[in-house]
Amino acid sequence: MTRRRAFTIAAQGLGGIAGAAIVLPAVGFAVAPIFHRGKERWEAVGPVSDFVEDTYRQVVFTETEGIGDAGKTTAYVRRGSKQFGEDPNAMVAVSNRCAHLGCPVRFVEAAGNFICPCHGGVYDFQGKRIGGPPVRPLDQFQARIRNGQVELGPRYSVTSQLEPVRARDPGEFTGGVWEYLYPPRPSTFPPPSG
Amino acid sequence: MKLDSLIPAPLRKPAKPGEGNGAKGAAPADLKTAPPERPSDAQRLGDKAKDAPADVLAWVDQRTAATGFLTGMLYRKVPKGTNWFYTLGSATLFAFIVQATTGVFLAMFYTPSTTQAYASIAHINNDVFLGAFVHGMHKWGSSVMVILIFLHMGRVFFFGAYKYPRELNWIIGVVLLILTMTMAFTGYLLPFDQRSFWASVVGININGTGPVVGPYLSDFLRAGPELGATTLSRFYAIHMLLIPGALIALIGAHLYLVVKLGTTAPPWLKADRPKIASPTSQLNGRG
Repeated sequence: MTRRRAFTIAAQGLGGIAGAAIVLPAVGFAVAPIFHRGKERWEAVGPVSDFVEDTYRQVVFTETEGIGDAGKTTAYVRRGSKQFGEDPNAMVAVSNRCAHLGCPVRFVEAAGNFICPCHGGVYDFQGKRIGGPPVRPLDQFQARIRNGQVELGPRYSVTSQLEPVRARDPGEFTGGVWEYLYPPRPSTFPPPSG
Repeated sequence: MKLDSLIPAPLRKPAKPGEGNGAKGAAPADLKTAPPERPSDAQRLGDKAKDAPADVLAWVDQRTAATGFLTGMLYRKVPKGTNWFYTLGSATLFAFIVQATTGVFLAMFYTPSTTQAYASIAHINNDVFLGAFVHGMHKWGSSVMVILIFLHMGRVFFFGAYKYPRELNWIIGVVLLILTMTMAFTGYLLPFDQRSFWASVVGININGTGPVVGPYLSDFLRAGPELGATTLSRFYAIHMLLIPGALIALIGAHLYLVVKLGTTAPPWLKADRPKIASPTSQLNGRG
């Protein structure tokens, strides 16, 4: 090792450390939101008596705070139905976010289906896909009853058998091998158990 | 030397021994016979004024040697058959300059806040003098730039101009295309109206369908699980700071390679073969 070579290595090493000292915090700053989970948020959407088991009632509540109306989202809420083996005292809240690319679906009373205006996705009464490009059933929101009020909480996705999994973005498959190809994001909440 | 008159005396290059009017040098030969006719002050001032632009350029040139570079770049040889299709790259560059200029001025009025973004765009369009025009230039200019890039790309492809030794320039061009599309994508959210909001939602969700990394890329773009207040600031920073810097640097590299390697002749022109003297032509006495 010559003196010249030692100084070259030292100078390049110091330069590298200085560069890393700038770049690493900046990159960490930019990617930090991927690993951050916000506070769990529940919002009352009406008294239990407002909801029945054979049709949906549309409610609007805030999913993302701080951006005004853009942070609101729509859910279709009903009581659990024995017909589908659900607890009659529990609430079912189906998100209107299409599982294809996130357009807003609407519940069509006469057909008993959810229909997406963008690319023709169709879901049955429970939110299972029965037509069009969507890759999985409609997302749901955790629902609970507090003081006679129905409260809606974090979003979760479901498999084609309506088993709860962590929330996925539209366009991402759920269940089976897809759970690995579209891994759950740390920014989402664990799904309700059972 | 015209140049010397512009430079303050103490900074002038000293005269070589035996030259110039220095005290140590010999007097000019013609001084001994007849004193030179002195021009009037007005005449000298006029001459100086006429020389001033050339003097300034010469002053800069002596310190930067820029003219050699500029002459080489601007007066470079272009192949026979160069036609209007070769201007598509310059047209794209012009579109980029329009975007950069109008963007700078839009940034003077735009507020990247979810509650004020839409109002600030409405203010630009309705109240600011020529605001709708500058915003319109930026909005429609983005489409023009994307279209021109594809036309330019088509020209390069169909003329075979991506081949050796210009492959690297094709690669840089593809990166420029991707960066331009990212600019178009991030810029679309900024007005923050219903259309831009939902278009960004759909665009981010399309990003998310990439296996394994897709979901994380979506969270990175949104700065969280849902499109929120930070998404707008993030898109704004990407749109006006991150990508423009990369674009300018890569456009510089792109142009450098164009100048360095030169352009290609259109494919319908055959290369000139060097004329080989045939035995018969020599016998005939023709070269």
